[in-house]
Amino acid sequence: MSDGDEPAVTGEEVRKVADLARVDLTDEEVEQFAEQFEDVLADFETLDEVPEVESEPELVNVMRADEVEEGLSQAEALENASETEDGYFKGPRVS
Amino acid sequence: MAELNAYITEQRIEGADDGPLAGKTVAVKDNISTEGVETTCGSKMLDGYVPPYDATVVERLKEAGATINGKANMDEFGMGTTTETSHFGATLNPADTNRVPGGSSGGSAAAVAAGEADLALGSDTGGSVRAPAAFCGVVGIKPTYGLVSRYGLVAYANSLEQIGPIAPTVEEAAGLLDVIAGSDDRDATTVEEGDDSNYAAAADGDVEGMTIGIPTELVEGADERVVETFRDAIDDLEAQGAETVEVSMPSVEKAVAAYYVIAMSEASSNLARFDGTRYGLNAVEAGDYDDLSEAGNWNEAFATAREEGFGEEVKRRILLGTFALSAGYHDKYYAKAQDAREWIKQDFDESLQEADVLASPTMPVPPFELGEGLEDPRTMYLADANTVPVNLADLPAISVPAGESDGLPVGLQFVGPKYGEETIVRAASALE
Repeated sequence: MSDGDEPAVTGEEVRKVADLARVDLTDEEVEQFAEQFEDVLADFETLDEVPEVESEPELVNVMRADEVEEGLSQAEALENASETEDGYFKGPRVS
Repeated sequence: MAELNAYITEQRIEGADDGPLAGKTVAVKDNISTEGVETTCGSKMLDGYVPPYDATVVERLKEAGATINGKANMDEFGMGTTTETSHFGATLNPADTNRVPGGSSGGSAAAVAAGEADLALGSDTGGSVRAPAAFCGVVGIKPTYGLVSRYGLVAYANSLEQIGPIAPTVEEAAGLLDVIAGSDDRDATTVEEGDDSNYAAAADGDVEGMTIGIPTELVEGADERVVETFRDAIDDLEAQGAETVEVSMPSVEKAVAAYYVIAMSEASSNLARFDGTRYGLNAVEAGDYDDLSEAGNWNEAFATAREEGFGEEVKRRILLGTFALSAGYHDKYYAKAQDAREWIKQDFDESLQEADVLASPTMPVPPFELGEGLEDPRTMYLADANTVPVNLADLPAISVPAGESDGLPVGLQFVGPKYGEETIVRAASALE
């Protein structure tokens, strides 16, 4: 799709994005993704050629009054959690 | 026949005694929630997750008397075109077990093609119902956006995806769509056009006087064996009284790039919920710790769970999506992709002024051999060239068997105007 004008992607950039997305990566994955992302981002770059398009989105108001309905019980909401305590989800420490 | 590995979980869920689907078995893709029955999305992240509620489409299947006979294998979170990215192993194509069934709803299509289920549900974000239907030689429908409730479907790219039926015949696929279509208070994007539908009645094979537009851009890039089978099917339709016109849609050349920017961006946001706290693999299990307090702070613990829980393709898409939305790149990629989406919509509108339906090969290539595409993700993304424009334009489309090439199934795709399900069902039924 592109002709040689590909954006270079560094391992450091991949690590930064992985950090933002909260995904740990191995060194191997970083190297592999950096290489593959260059090709994919080169395809994304071709969107530059898309013309300006006038559009009028069809928006419909779907507001309605709140109605109270039965939801999940506390036990049901907790049943898939690996760790719970006193009826709460237990998460990792904040800092 | 070799074990196809079409199911992740084989468990029967009985529906009502009577109804239009009484006596029928339906395989349900494993990203559609089933109360009390494991729903994994083909991911290690959700291995063991048991939803406490049913998706709306599952409720409707049960009310219609269907027996759900298992949860069908799929590419992890729907991210793939081959069903090889599943954490639970690849599904094989019943037409040739050395080849992939297509994806991401590969288990659903393989189960129907092999007679392991009478019918199936898949989900289609960029072709995930139509691609496996084409590769396995069965019928698959991607409904107009909003026709079918997504409540209980685990989200990948929610502005693009719809749940759709897979069946051996057009009439049965349309009949299954009749069961699942219709408005739902729990999904505010649903519309009323599918209420009280009778799409099955449109499978009358009557294409006399119908105008079929053929977008040149969706044919000229395809494998010549596929094109030959496609042309034969078009000749057949002309012999039955249909007229064909060539149409041009320059925008579709940008569809794959626009699709992947939008789908990956939405995925990066939708999959942020998987941090191992409320459900799914948590840091203790992922990092082999004795206690959560050892797993570090929440950033570190979440990153540990997500590294171990997600497979390579899912990580790739989350990272590319995060990149496309990040400061400095949002306007360059995401905003441009939205412009392309609008351009594609307008191109479809114009083409569908000239024709009642549009036709193209569903997939530009025959089914891949197992392992063929995994090496290079970009090649795999390009295989979606003919299916993704439809999702970007929110339109309905059907893949119907057009014949075979070298003994392998070739699918033909019809695209209709918004809520034009009857027209695509009618056109497709003329090829049976």
